[in-house]
Amino acid sequence: MTRFLWYKKLRELGQIRPYTRRGFGRIGAIKAVMSGTTTATLETEEAEVGFLVRAKGAWTVRLVRDLDGPLREISPKRARGRDAVIDLTGLTRLDTAGAWLLHRTSEQLRIAGLRVSYRGETPEIRTLLDVAEGYRFGFNLRLPRPPAYIQLADRVGATLISVANETRGLLGFFGLLLEVLWRTIKHPSRLRVVPLVHHMERAGLDALPIVCLMTFLIGGVLAQQGAVQLQKFGAEVFTVNMVAITFLREIGILLTAIIVAGRSGSAFTAEIGSMKMREEVDAMRTLGLDPMDMLVVPRVLALVIMLPLLTFVADIMGLVGGALMVWQMLDTSPGVFIVRLSEAADFWTFGVGILKAPFMALVIAMIGCYAGMRVTGSAESVGVQTTRSVVQSIFMVIVLDALFAVFFTAIGI
Amino acid sequence: MINDDPIIRVRGLRNQFGSQVVHDNLDLDVKRGEVLGIVGGSGTGKSVLLRSIVGLQRPTAGTVTVLGRTISEMEEEERKRLEQQWGILFQDGALFSALTVAENVQVPYREHLGLPLDLMDELAALKITMVGLPSDACTKYPSELSGGMRKRAGLARALALDPDILFLDEPTAGLDPIGAAAFDTLIRDLQRTLGLTVFLVTHDLDTLHATCDRIAVLADKRVTLQGTMDDMLRSDHPWIKEYFTGPRARAAQASAIG
Repeated sequence: MTRFLWYKKLRELGQIRPYTRRGFGRIGAIKAVMSGTTTATLETEEAEVGFLVRAKGAWTVRLVRDLDGPLREISPKRARGRDAVIDLTGLTRLDTAGAWLLHRTSEQLRIAGLRVSYRGETPEIRTLLDVAEGYRFGFNLRLPRPPAYIQLADRVGATLISVANETRGLLGFFGLLLEVLWRTIKHPSRLRVVPLVHHMERAGLDALPIVCLMTFLIGGVLAQQGAVQLQKFGAEVFTVNMVAITFLREIGILLTAIIVAGRSGSAFTAEIGSMKMREEVDAMRTLGLDPMDMLVVPRVLALVIMLPLLTFVADIMGLVGGALMVWQMLDTSPGVFIVRLSEAADFWTFGVGILKAPFMALVIAMIGCYAGMRVTGSAESVGVQTTRSVVQSIFMVIVLDALFAVFFTAIGI
Repeated sequence: MINDDPIIRVRGLRNQFGSQVVHDNLDLDVKRGEVLGIVGGSGTGKSVLLRSIVGLQRPTAGTVTVLGRTISEMEEEERKRLEQQWGILFQDGALFSALTVAENVQVPYREHLGLPLDLMDELAALKITMVGLPSDACTKYPSELSGGMRKRAGLARALALDPDILFLDEPTAGLDPIGAAAFDTLIRDLQRTLGLTVFLVTHDLDTLHATCDRIAVLADKRVTLQGTMDDMLRSDHPWIKEYFTGPRARAAQASAIG
């Protein structure tokens, strides 16, 4: 039995060195790992029977991590004989991970040209080794990744196509919705009143507190920032004009529409989407009920009715916020504010804002319902569509606002 | 293989949701190395029992002892260590949908052991082979798999850390009879090979015949009867009688014998 000197020396000193990278390239090395009270040990040596690999202790998945590297490096190049023995007599525990390492090592030695045999094999160990032998190399576990430029082109192309499809689908849905709305106008009895009122409450009344709070605060901020800037050239009296016009024409409706898109647009998608997922929509169709009548029309109409009303409240709250801020900063009393307001704004300043509301409501509700209808079987799909619905409806609200700005400028109000 | 020392011991378990009592003073023993089938009508709390044992559901009263340690008294760290000694297969596999099958199986290796990448790949491939999935399933996402394959992949993940105990929640629900029979065989084979203790919640009489050493019946808010299939057939309890000797039971029995 020959062992390398350094190993003998360590044994004499009664300590085991941590694994050094070159160790298992040689014959005669030891590696021990510990976890709590259990240990797993690997030893290689040149014995009379041939090249000996000795596994001792608990070879379980929790301990084999650090045996993996040394085992891979076992190289029997310097072995004198043509035999290798894997000694299992010292094993106290083995699981499939340990069995895999033993099997892999035996294959490694066999490929290097040695005759491999096990020593101290029990029926339990054999069963596990059989499991490990059932696996052959050549499994592809990692997804192939094409080069970066192809991935980029792929993503750009896929996005373009999906945007095109989405737009076409949305236009189709818009057409369908117009047709159904026209049918509802011709036969008002088709209108589902109870869901309509329910959605008016959910999307409109319940949104009041948040809409009021947000617009009140933004009105105040707008007045404060405006006053600071206008004071610089002594035009602070025009703060009222600025707040009134920006709020009534733009900010009031825009803020309200964005809040409603985030609140109700997403809710529409999630509600219809989960019904779609549980096949409730299909069940409706088979019972002769039109999901457009049952689900879409009440939601669209509810929002078209409620968004202008919400915008009206938003405008008032924004002005109240502005008035309070102006009063506090510039000492312009609410009475003076109202007088200046009537000079700065006429009916159309307010009308321009409120006129946009039903159109934005239509867009938000339509996108929300369309995304809900596009949900397919899985729960992830509900999430994906909800996100998409919110992003798209906010985007469309802003696009629509820009178009309206062009339009109103062209007709001169 | 089977000795008398219980690996899971449930004593005086009570689970209550609002005013609805699901379990009351429930006792249950699972012996090391056995396959125990839990049966009971709908709503008798089979899954709740499983969830109470693995600590996903905090029982209203009672103690659950697993591998000699009481679940409710454990510190976070100790509990994490204990959790690595069991594997759970949820009803539809509960695979992480953003990961491939191989990555799903590797999650416990990454999180708990930090194994080297190559070894992780080898072990995952080994587990995937063990549960009888083809090699091309490794790189597929859960949504691309059939129900039966998802369950097998879930089983591979449950077995990743070579646990002592395997919990199965309705393993054959939603599978066609051929797939269900194959899954029964797989469970039995793995249990024998790996020396697992299996806690199996099921409705499937064929599974009970094919895989279970013992059966525990949940009725009247507790375990009414624990025993072998023969004990079940001899019982006078009306529900047990109906369940094990009804027309479907006779067919299952015939196929198990034949």
